Amino acid sequence: MQPHSSKRKPYQRELPVDWWLKHAFYTKYMIREGTSIAITIYSCILAWGLLRLSQGEQAWQGWLEALQHPIAILFHVLALGLALYHTITWFDLAPKAADIWLKGKKLEDKVIVMAHYVGFALATIAALIIITY
Amino acid sequence: MTNSTIDIDILRYRPEQDNAPFVQTYRIPYDEEMSMLEALQYIKDEVDGTLSFRWSCRMAICGSCGMMIDGVPKLGCKAFLRDYYPNKIKLEPLANFPIERDLVVVMDDFITKLESIKPYIIPAEEKSLEQGEYIQTPEQMAKYKQFSMCINCGLCYAACPQYALNTEFTGPAALALLARYNRDSRDAGSAERMAIVNAEEGVWGCTFVGYCSKVCPKGVDPAAAIQLFKVESAKDYLIGMFKPE
Ligand code: SF4
Ligand code: FES
Repeated sequence: MQPHSSKRKPYQRELPVDWWLKHAFYTKYMIREGTSIAITIYSCILAWGLLRLSQGEQAWQGWLEALQHPIAILFHVLALGLALYHTITWFDLAPKAADIWLKGKKLEDKVIVMAHYVGFALATIAALIIITY
Repeated sequence: MTNSTIDIDILRYRPEQDNAPFVQTYRIPYDEEMSMLEALQYIKDEVDGTLSFRWSCRMAICGSCGMMIDGVPKLGCKAFLRDYYPNKIKLEPLANFPIERDLVVVMDDFITKLESIKPYIIPAEEKSLEQGEYIQTPEQMAKYKQFSMCINCGLCYAACPQYALNTEFTGPAALALLARYNRDSRDAGSAERMAIVNAEEGVWGCTFVGYCSKVCPKGVDPAAAIQLFKVESAKDYLIGMFKPE
């Protein structure tokens, strides 16, 4: 009798490098992750400003002027857009990381999302007050 | 709309004769009540008996019929031709799993992971039969019910790019199943299972893409189970820093 031989030959598909472009859901996720690059650059510019401030008035003025360059303005508008995109998509996901039970019932997702927006609005107002006074 | 037809592209792979999968197109009569699974059964009965695919319950309960439909992981019995007609449909075996044959994938890794998380109640103390059952209130049950609804279809693994990049990742369904037991009031095995949660291939393998929860046909929301565990795991880590064993 012939020994039993298997015809099995599982086929492993390769993950295409552009996998995240194949589906809008993945693309949106990648943009959300990518926003961190803009935020990092923004933070570096801000830190640079602090350094210039510590170096005296002239250095500080130079930094302020550099910010008025069209490229600097364009970058900041872009960074703001991306930061908002990150915030909105992140708030949408927030209920998944919250496990709040009231009277034996799970708190509804939209309550958690709303609470985040309220916190966001309050923090923005507080920041604006600090900056203007 | 009598006599209309619909074209279905199917990624085929027959290990005994093919070196790589290829696409075969089938044209079948269109019926707006026909599910993708029924379309496959029509093809197998009337057109090409060599086509292989898995199914059992035909009603989104057994979890056997997962496949990629136009690139999206879905249950064949819960997707209908009418939602794609008159366009051509593309069926492929579930992504991120090796192909065994045609639409059948090798799920061994998935099953191993489900088994690895100690998917059984570990009571604080073993009771004898005479002592009766482990009682639970509806409120206590509500805490884990959602995570117990999984039908092990594997759609969430096909949706997960982290699993695609590294199959060591414990993955959505297994971690949701782990949550199902850790959240059960009758269970006292949480500490044992947290070792799996905290491991590198545990919840920290997740970057919160969130597509697993989107494709889950049972509303299990594995992404939520994982994010909640990240909170737990971080707490565990902090406590561990101050309280060395
Ligand atoms: S969690 Fe949902 S998608 Fe994943 S195996 Fe279970 S039922 Fe399927
Ligand atoms: S055949 Fe059972 S889930 Fe589709």
